[in-house]
Amino acid sequence: MFEPVLLKNVDLPDGHLLSSYEAGGGYQALRKVLGECTPDEVVELVKQSNLRGRGGAGFPTGMKWSFVPKRTDRPKYLCCNADEGEPGTFKDRIIMERDPHQLIEALAVSGYAIGAEVAYVYVRGEYVTAIRRLEQAIAEAHEKGYLGTGVLGSDFNFAVHIHCGAGAYICGEETAMLESLEGKRAQPRLKPPFPAVAGLYASPTVINNVETLACVPHIVMRGPAWFRGIGPDKSPGPKLYCVSGQVRKPGLYELPMGIPLRELVEDHAGGPLPGRKVKAVIPGGVSAPVIPEPGLEIGMDFDSLAAAGSMLGSAGVIVIDDSTCMVKVATRIIEFFHHESCGKCTPCREGLNWAVKVLRRVEAGEGAPGDLEQLDMLCKGIFGNTFCALGDGAAMGLRAALKHFRDEFVAHIEERRCPFH
Amino acid sequence: MTMREEIEAAAARYPDRRSALMPALLIAQREHGHLPGPVLEEVADILGVERIWVYELATFYTLFHTEPIGMFHLQLCDNVSCMLCGSEDLLTHLEARLGIKKGETTPDGLFTLSTVECLGACEMAPVMQVGDDYHGNLDVVRLDALLDSLRAAAGRFARVEHASAPQPGE
Repeated sequence: MFEPVLLKNVDLPDGHLLSSYEAGGGYQALRKVLGECTPDEVVELVKQSNLRGRGGAGFPTGMKWSFVPKRTDRPKYLCCNADEGEPGTFKDRIIMERDPHQLIEALAVSGYAIGAEVAYVYVRGEYVTAIRRLEQAIAEAHEKGYLGTGVLGSDFNFAVHIHCGAGAYICGEETAMLESLEGKRAQPRLKPPFPAVAGLYASPTVINNVETLACVPHIVMRGPAWFRGIGPDKSPGPKLYCVSGQVRKPGLYELPMGIPLRELVEDHAGGPLPGRKVKAVIPGGVSAPVIPEPGLEIGMDFDSLAAAGSMLGSAGVIVIDDSTCMVKVATRIIEFFHHESCGKCTPCREGLNWAVKVLRRVEAGEGAPGDLEQLDMLCKGIFGNTFCALGDGAAMGLRAALKHFRDEFVAHIEERRCPFH
Repeated sequence: MTMREEIEAAAARYPDRRSALMPALLIAQREHGHLPGPVLEEVADILGVERIWVYELATFYTLFHTEPIGMFHLQLCDNVSCMLCGSEDLLTHLEARLGIKKGETTPDGLFTLSTVECLGACEMAPVMQVGDDYHGNLDVVRLDALLDSLRAAAGRFARVEHASAPQPGE
């Protein structure tokens, strides 16, 4: 029987207060690592757990931590990516609003592991409630000695600061986030150097997503074998799935990594709305290629979805039913990426602008023969040719819609109208 | 705290004062309602950084407003999840009821209407942010009730402002 750990406090009436968090065993992982483990031992625990980044890329967290140089004169930084902007994703908001101490403890344990004394949590500016709750939690944690100089009587010093974003999806890209933290326009950096070597203020920096960090105290308390025992061995652990769109019970579900998409949508989220059928599901935020209905048996983990040509991404599961025009969905997705393109590199900035114009005229019934080939060509020109993954995500999403629902695009052009209107 | 003190407190969190630009602009915007040129220059002067650094941030990030906006900024999400749950009908309704198009402000200065990208609250789609607050699971009836309550709040606010303003001859 699967026991939720990440969401165990979120439905408590005062789950955001320190007293609730402590009553549920909170801050024991921090006590344990400070009393019993060297920093390297904590990194080793995380490596053994096979924890992979929940922000979207699925990079092994322990390996990322081990890239931080051992000997350096520069301070090391821990940055938490809480810019949650991938459409369809709301898991980190719920952790921060309703169980902020889970994140604060995770930051302290992770900071101890990598040798950082300062953490910045980059929270998107719209998340006002999350920001207030985190600030309150930081103050409470300081008062009880979980943060500050000499954490819990040890020689480990640790401070957590909130950095409030101001509305830019691109800040979810880790190097753009570092630029933004340095007070600049959020435009991605060329890599290498990777942030673990030269990140914030050119110092060694680890950047992890909220949910990724939240797993760490549980791995410390329950052990890496427990974590690896949940879901597929190469992509294990408890996972937060954000279900939204045309479905009976939208919401946040904590379930094992790798559960079939069909089970998530039909059993947990209640299936399609009355009288409707599921047509397609976007499994990991709008960057993730759409999966048409017959493919819903797929396991919700990094490797299974990648093998099927999609991706787990941020696990923002958007359910689309048979009343919806896929040309319209694709147009809206590309409008989003075009709006959020930072403007740094040409294929993304210009290619998406062009793609939006073509998609809008096709959707309006004013498409011309050759428009779909034009879109194919634009995807090819963008994919793999941009600084960061924003352009890739846009091209992958559009390609999948063009591939799986080409008949709908063709019908718009041939009938000179949207068949769904 | 004064705006300057708040900005200095923010700057103390970073090893480099330029990093405090984003928090400083948020503080300044809360103080002034929006960010006209002289306010941007004041922020630059407080932090001792180049003015161009301030301008480029104020025009890059969507939460910064260099032009005045209404007392209530209605920010309706129209990204995929909200679109699938009916945000287009809500936009049509808002435009009709307020008599403005998206991107515009009502002549009385009460409401600015915008559509925004995903607010990260898709479990309660369709969603609209007004000021600091999220309003979810919206339909036309709930939307009307929300607009009415905002208008009432504005009326109370105006009366308080009027009562506390110095009267002529005092």
